[in-house]
Amino acid sequence: MKAGLFAACAALAAQALPAHADAARGKQLYESRCIACHSVDENRVGPAHKGVFGRKAGSAKGYDYSPALKKSKVIWNEKTLDRWLANPERLIPGQKMGFSVPDARDRADLIDYLKSVK
Amino acid sequence: MIQTRRSFLNRATLSATAVALLAGRDALAASHTGAKMDASSDVGILNTALALEHEGINAYTLGAQSGLLEKPVLDVAVRFQADHKEHRDTLAGAIRKLGGKPVEEKPLAEYAKALHADTLKTQADVLGLAARLEMGATNAYLGVIPSFKNSQLAKVSARLAADEALHWTILNNALGKPLPAGGMPFGA
Repeated sequence: MKAGLFAACAALAAQALPAHADAARGKQLYESRCIACHSVDENRVGPAHKGVFGRKAGSAKGYDYSPALKKSKVIWNEKTLDRWLANPERLIPGQKMGFSVPDARDRADLIDYLKSVK
Repeated sequence: MIQTRRSFLNRATLSATAVALLAGRDALAASHTGAKMDASSDVGILNTALALEHEGINAYTLGAQSGLLEKPVLDVAVRFQADHKEHRDTLAGAIRKLGGKPVEEKPLAEYAKALHADTLKTQADVLGLAARLEMGATNAYLGVIPSFKNSQLAKVSARLAADEALHWTILNNALGKPLPAGGMPFGA
């Protein structure tokens, strides 16, 4: 019974998380959805994304973050970026990004692209 | 072609009455438990949108000042900028009504740097930048709709998205680019 439940959960997890992410598709998504506020090299309405993977939340040089982001201890990796993009307010209450990415594959592709902008 | 496109411009945009409507709804909402936190959340989203509008207005200023836009295109750009100024005023009014402080516009030079205005060498470059910003704004306004606590603000966001989509369509056409392959190209 337990083993069956575990297998079912594992199958659901496998369904939710794409087997492989596509940075090229992530770039396309970035350029249609994120480009209003963000760019790779410059702080705009939102912070610059160059080097975002692996850095501490709220630490892009020169960007005026919300107090919530400034005091956050989150480090941007695959897991935290996925949680952030799925629901920013749930991960860091008081932040100021109202935009989310509901689809798991879209998030995975975006994250793969963000990993590439170093 | 521009003259034909300009006929598209005779449409309703957001009016000051939207702000008045919001004020009435907000007064009602303020009497409910949790309304203050909801308003604070909505103010945050509205201020992000306002920052977006400031950038859009300045992008059109940079385009107009570049000397790269020919007269009929320049007229359309100025008209689009006027729409963004109306968006700005609507958003700033709503933020104030909710008890927030509207985010301020930055100096033009900061927008020029952020948007790499020094790389604009042709009219197509300017239109391409404007089209990218308009598409991004459309998707941003659609994307934040589910986050609004106040459904009237969600409606305003949808109306702003429609304005941005209209701008994008005309700019895309001016660039000679085809329409998107399928339906529902925005907000996916």
